[in-house]
Amino acid sequence: MSEVLVVIDHAEGEVKKPTYELLTIARRLGEPSAVFFGSADKADAVAEKVKKYGAEKVYVIDDADVEGYLVAPKAEAMQQLAEKAGGEGGLAAILFPSSFEGKEVAARLAIKIESGLITDAVDVQEGPVTTQSVFAGSYTVTAKVTKGTPIITVKPNSAAPEETEGAAAVEAFTPTISDGAKTAQIIASQPRQSTGRPDLTEAAIVVSGGRGTGGNFEPIENFADSLGAAVGASRAAVDSGWMPHAFQVGQTGKTVSPQLYVANGISGAIQHRAGMQTSKTIVAVNKDDEAPIFELVDFGVVGDLHTVLPAATEEITKRKG
Amino acid sequence: MKYVPDATADRQFESDNTVDRVGVDGLLSELDEYAVEQALQLKEKTEGEHEVIALCVGPEKAVDAARKALQMGADRAVHVVDDAIAGSDYVATSLVLAKAIEKIGTCDLVVCGMASTDASGSVVPAMLAERLNLPQVTLASVVEAQGDQVRIKRDNEGSTEVIGATLPIVLSVTDQTGEARYPSFKGIMAAKKKPLETLSLSDLGIEADQVGLAVAWSQVEETTERPPRTAGEIVTDEDGSGAVALAEFLASKKFI
Ligand SMILES: Cc1cc2nc3c(=O)[nH]c(=O)nc-3n(C[C@H](O)[C@H](O)[C@H](O)COP(=O)(O)OP(=O)(O)OC[C@H]3O[C@@H](n4cnc5c(N)ncnc54)[C@H](O)[C@@H]3O)c2cc1C
Repeated sequence: MSEVLVVIDHAEGEVKKPTYELLTIARRLGEPSAVFFGSADKADAVAEKVKKYGAEKVYVIDDADVEGYLVAPKAEAMQQLAEKAGGEGGLAAILFPSSFEGKEVAARLAIKIESGLITDAVDVQEGPVTTQSVFAGSYTVTAKVTKGTPIITVKPNSAAPEETEGAAAVEAFTPTISDGAKTAQIIASQPRQSTGRPDLTEAAIVVSGGRGTGGNFEPIENFADSLGAAVGASRAAVDSGWMPHAFQVGQTGKTVSPQLYVANGISGAIQHRAGMQTSKTIVAVNKDDEAPIFELVDFGVVGDLHTVLPAATEEITKRKG
Repeated sequence: MKYVPDATADRQFESDNTVDRVGVDGLLSELDEYAVEQALQLKEKTEGEHEVIALCVGPEKAVDAARKALQMGADRAVHVVDDAIAGSDYVATSLVLAKAIEKIGTCDLVVCGMASTDASGSVVPAMLAERLNLPQVTLASVVEAQGDQVRIKRDNEGSTEVIGATLPIVLSVTDQTGEARYPSFKGIMAAKKKPLETLSLSDLGIEADQVGLAVAWSQVEETTERPPRTAGEIVTDEDGSGAVALAEFLASKKFI
């Protein structure tokens, strides 16, 4: 079986769930090899994790070679790895998480190795044939790469991770990085403070607030906590300074595709929809019964979020006992 | 800059699975307006030492995108139009853009929007940087330039970063960089006299078989309109009934 490269999504060695989804998808296409960009001393712990999802190999590209710069060094490293890995038959595919960084490395790599690129897949099947959701979720598109090694970036929540034991043989890979690739330098990086809630893009439930909160996100946060959900916001809430930009859902914020999305005090503009329309179940609380968001919902409450949400939170807590 | 179908209209595909760019009104991708704005602001800070050139690739009508940029204040515009380009993927689009930039001559800065409002791939700036052999600095929310040094602030997935780079670079900016200006009446009148150059593939030294749908490195096989969501249940809250109904619904779907 041909090898499939899967770039690991992680923060300081903490492997994120989309990685397991990618490995699960990779097994449909060939034999998954995980690629870890990170500190070599975290490699064994990472290998332990990806082993459970069928990674046969783990290529470790130590941070020191690429750390501190934007994506160009990673693209060079991936090019060199792609040329070496796969052996005679070449690679069946290269999969990246559909983060901005993932997409940008994939983009540079596509030009370097003359291979087609498909971004933002929400499903990948044998072929590989990808499925994408476009035009703010109003169309579903299937596509194929027709040249070179298929490079595909995959959105979170595109597959249910399936466990299976792999060999996870750790192999160090040391790329040669050109000086030219090291010209966009990260001068400072401030990790965002953890809210203790699930990560927005990975969460199974997202509860968002918009202008209708009037700046008071407490009812949103309490309701989210009663469901173990992540908190999101519309751009109007972000522009008003009520929530940091990192919480924005939509075209210029995060795209989320959770099992449940609850929009509170959000009208449902096309740019907001673009970020949440593929959610499995959609619920809205809005005091205007003509708000466009109600066109999308499985369940809607016409009412004031400041009274509905606290009461619903209480009801949920009571039911949970 | 990209000319895109209006996102608030019913966007569709043609029978060959390319985006319908005729049946739906088009406009300059809103996110590219922020790029034009940044270019203008940076130019204003250097007191006229620089020139802002608006570049777009697209069908005849895409010239409207170039015109809008001229109205906003760009000094001149270049529109690459050629029937052979229709259906091009990211890869071919980035090739045409790169060749056009080389043809224009030395550019200190290539500014792009963070994504187009139709495909939202966010990969063309990176591909362009790769082809021009330049660093890419993407997703800027704040841009500061002094001489040939650029500093940007951006929100990355898990952190806020400050990036430093030396010109020339490919930059992409988000809608956090600040509102894009509206063309003034004066701007609209002045735009009519500004140079707008049209280039074809042969002007750029690109063969027709290097671009277009037939040679795209990735191809769409099928497009299906998503069935409209079936109307959900909507209740009106009265004396707390909304909260109970909401909890009831969530429980029925096993979210509680
Ligand atoms: C280029 C571009 C990119 C954009 N990107 C994004 C993006 O990524 N994400 C995004 O969200 N938007 C984005 N927008 C903005 C988008 O067009 C809308 O302006 C925005 O989504 C509106 O936010 P909102 O729904 O919170 O506010 P509004 O549209 O003002 O809606 C507020 C809603 O709250 C309801 N309400 C008020 N009070 C209450 C109450 N007490 N209880 C219940 N309901 C109440 C009102 O009935 C109304 O429906 C973008 C716009 C542009 C031009």
